[in-house]
Amino acid sequence: MRQLLIFIRKEFLHVFRDRKTLLMLFGLPIAQIVLFGFALSNEIKNSHIAIVDYSKDAVTQRLITRIGGSPYFNIQRTLASGDQLNAAFKKGDIKLAVIFPVGFGDDLVHTGKATMQVIADASDPNQATTITNYLNQIVLDFNSELSQGAGQRMQILPSTQMMYNPELRGAPNFVPGVMALVLMLVCTMMTSVAIVREKELGTMEILLVSPFKPFYIILSKLAPNLLISVVNLFIILALSDIFLDLPVKGSLLLLVTGSVLFILTCLSIGLLLSINAQTQQAAMMGSMMGMMLPTMLLTGFLFPIENMPVALQVLSNLVPSRWYFIIIKQVMLKGLGFSAVWKEMLILTGMCALLFTISLKKFKIRLQ
Amino acid sequence: METVIRTEKLTKRFGAFVACNELSFSVDKGEIFGFLGANGAGKTTAMRMLCGLLTPSAGKATIAGFDVYTQTEKIKQRIGYMSQKFSLYDDLSVAENIRFYGGIYGMSRPAIREKTERLLEELQLQKEAKTLVRELPLGWKQKLAFSVSIVHDPGIVFLDEPTGGVDPVTRRQFWDLIYAAADKGVTIFVTTHYMDEAEYCNRVSIMVDGVIAALDSPTALKQQFGGASMEEVFYELARKAKRKGD
Amino acid sequence: MIQLENITKTYNKGQVLAVKDISFTVKPGELFGLIGPDGAGKTTLFRVLTTLLLADKGKATVNGFDVVKDFRQIRNGVGYMPGRFSLYQDLTIEENLQFFATVFGTTIRENYHLIKDIYQQIEPFKERRAGKLSGGMKQKLALCCALIHKPAVLFLDEPTTGVDVVSRKEFWEMLARLKAEGITILVSTPYMDEARLCDRIALIQKGSILSIDTPEGIVRSFPKELYGVQAGNTHLLLREVQAFPGTETCFAFGDALHVTFAPGKEGDVLPWLKEKGLGDARMQRITPGIEDCFIHLLKN
Repeated sequence: MRQLLIFIRKEFLHVFRDRKTLLMLFGLPIAQIVLFGFALSNEIKNSHIAIVDYSKDAVTQRLITRIGGSPYFNIQRTLASGDQLNAAFKKGDIKLAVIFPVGFGDDLVHTGKATMQVIADASDPNQATTITNYLNQIVLDFNSELSQGAGQRMQILPSTQMMYNPELRGAPNFVPGVMALVLMLVCTMMTSVAIVREKELGTMEILLVSPFKPFYIILSKLAPNLLISVVNLFIILALSDIFLDLPVKGSLLLLVTGSVLFILTCLSIGLLLSINAQTQQAAMMGSMMGMMLPTMLLTGFLFPIENMPVALQVLSNLVPSRWYFIIIKQVMLKGLGFSAVWKEMLILTGMCALLFTISLKKFKIRLQ
Repeated sequence: METVIRTEKLTKRFGAFVACNELSFSVDKGEIFGFLGANGAGKTTAMRMLCGLLTPSAGKATIAGFDVYTQTEKIKQRIGYMSQKFSLYDDLSVAENIRFYGGIYGMSRPAIREKTERLLEELQLQKEAKTLVRELPLGWKQKLAFSVSIVHDPGIVFLDEPTGGVDPVTRRQFWDLIYAAADKGVTIFVTTHYMDEAEYCNRVSIMVDGVIAALDSPTALKQQFGGASMEEVFYELARKAKRKGD
Repeated sequence: MIQLENITKTYNKGQVLAVKDISFTVKPGELFGLIGPDGAGKTTLFRVLTTLLLADKGKATVNGFDVVKDFRQIRNGVGYMPGRFSLYQDLTIEENLQFFATVFGTTIRENYHLIKDIYQQIEPFKERRAGKLSGGMKQKLALCCALIHKPAVLFLDEPTTGVDVVSRKEFWEMLARLKAEGITILVSTPYMDEARLCDRIALIQKGSILSIDTPEGIVRSFPKELYGVQAGNTHLLLREVQAFPGTETCFAFGDALHVTFAPGKEGDVLPWLKEKGLGDARMQRITPGIEDCFIHLLKN
């Protein structure tokens, strides 16, 4: 028994004397609680919506005011016609549209019933369901108010249509998210481990003391990972199509180009991580802890970015997967072209170039 | 003379490969026994079996009267072990290491305290009691490691290349410690690559290709193989080895 | 060929002193040994010379190139075998050799004659993965990889450590043959007996050089007369000789003791020993070895 206690005591000493592990053991849970508790929330506020009011009567005005006053909605535009809706949805400017048909108020007064059309962007089915629920709740409350005021039953019926994903399947949301996560993890981890492995084994020493330029060492570490990641990409796309019924709606070439940009960015991050890590274990931990958490939380597929505190929103701009996620959704799910994603592609190109240049400059050509 | 280690056709097989082939020898109490052999000759495997760390494939062996198949726990309580690769925890202090190993071997707290004081005094490390082991020079580490390996006063101590890479003066100080322990009746089972250290042993065995090719006192071996030094004897035997350590 | 001037190197922002004020020269075609125990600073010096570390102070040149400014040229032209085994464990012998040949812009065939003697011993195993080789074979492979591009200078950091006695001997024989080809070799080792095989050696301990000379020169500089004392019971002999008042230094060397005495006292020791029960003790004048000199230098 005493032997056990002595051994336990020794283990505690080991842990407390290792600063880095300590940081992770205590720092990580604290960071997570803070993030999850305060910053990230599943509540979706301020969703951008559009209103098309063909009726323009007192009832619609009241309802629109009510909707606009809710914290969950932010009336982005009031459009004159439904044709403009498509464009707005495609650009991602709005998540939901409410269309009041002609004679809405009259129908209500005369028949006690009126239908309003609701169209939601269901490429994120969870989000779509949540905000339509909010809307339905508002309409329900409005209905009872109307009924009380008029002394008779008044019912406004929302007729909901889910765009891009009428069956509300989860796949369209999580497949892009998982793609970004998987590619990110594999690329950063494999690259950083591959470089640090040479350091750990001692072969890096010999390579450095040779005519082999460090630049080529870097390229030779990146190349196989790039190839493997592209193959991975095709496998994921094929599986999505065959098993999850999620084909690539837009240009495959565009998607692959965007993906390659993203992969290169992640490879550069892996390179950067490898510079300060001395052991493969440290490299793996760095990739996991350093990249997995931000990617999962700040890409936008688990938690909507729009609802995060401003600080986190700004931070999410630095996470490459956030931009890649948009590219995938626009091209793969919505079938859009270059004009819809040029901004994101440019950002990724910039990140990639910057990170690669920094890594190249900081690559240690000596042992210290 | 009391026999503390006795083996009879001790064998260890890894699949088709026979690492140790029917080793038979005995070691007496208080003896300094040198266990030599080239890399791959089977030394480490043999030592592991004697320490109760590896179960033999065939043959018999007893350590301090305890059977290596069935009584390994009793063996571990009665032996000390030190290897070149690892003995002390780098991120613990000198005193903490002593306290840890003393506790592991079941020593009472007052006994550990007393032993710590004595050890520090013998090695002249009183001022370094709170220093982390990784800050100690290599020579001091090795000497401390040896003392810690016998902190619980075992009857037998196994030393696996304890003086590798250490400077010549510290090496001899180390052997002074070994002699002091042997004088107190501790049996020393040591492997080494330094052939002059083989001369310090009472008897030496040389393993080649998994078998014991020679076992006797250094003087007798030199006569038998006609070498002027243990190095020549060893070279003579190791040269013919077929297993160059693969 | 290799020149160091006042090289000093510390780690941890000056907290750990690795080498201090080291200066020596290695002539072209010389087989130069850096002899000292672990922690003496050998690996640090190698890394400074192969441009892998920057010294805090001092200058060094290899083949005329400065280790700081002209590191590219040095890296293109030297052969280096680092301390731990540093080849690719999951590549075969042949694949490793081919890789390093390509890295240095040559092929195995081009310089085969240079490594033939060594490579022939491991060639039968050329399909075997490097991770599965014995210490001796790994060492031979590493040497081949360091030589394959016919370097003018060869840096070997503790090539014989952890390797069996027979392979060690063979290795030094190979080094002598390489020297005959005109290659300058700087080799480090903790084994004092290997020092004899070098042209010149530097004894190093705790970051400072104790002495530089040819092995014979170092031996000749041993200041006192050295005696070898032997008896049946070496252990008892050691105790008694150390207790003898005329003994200045006494160290065990296998089955003999190497002893120096206070002037004139050497004659008194045998009778003293006889009194203590060591009637079979005998004594003779001996030539000091490198280890004797190292110990002497350590003590002073």
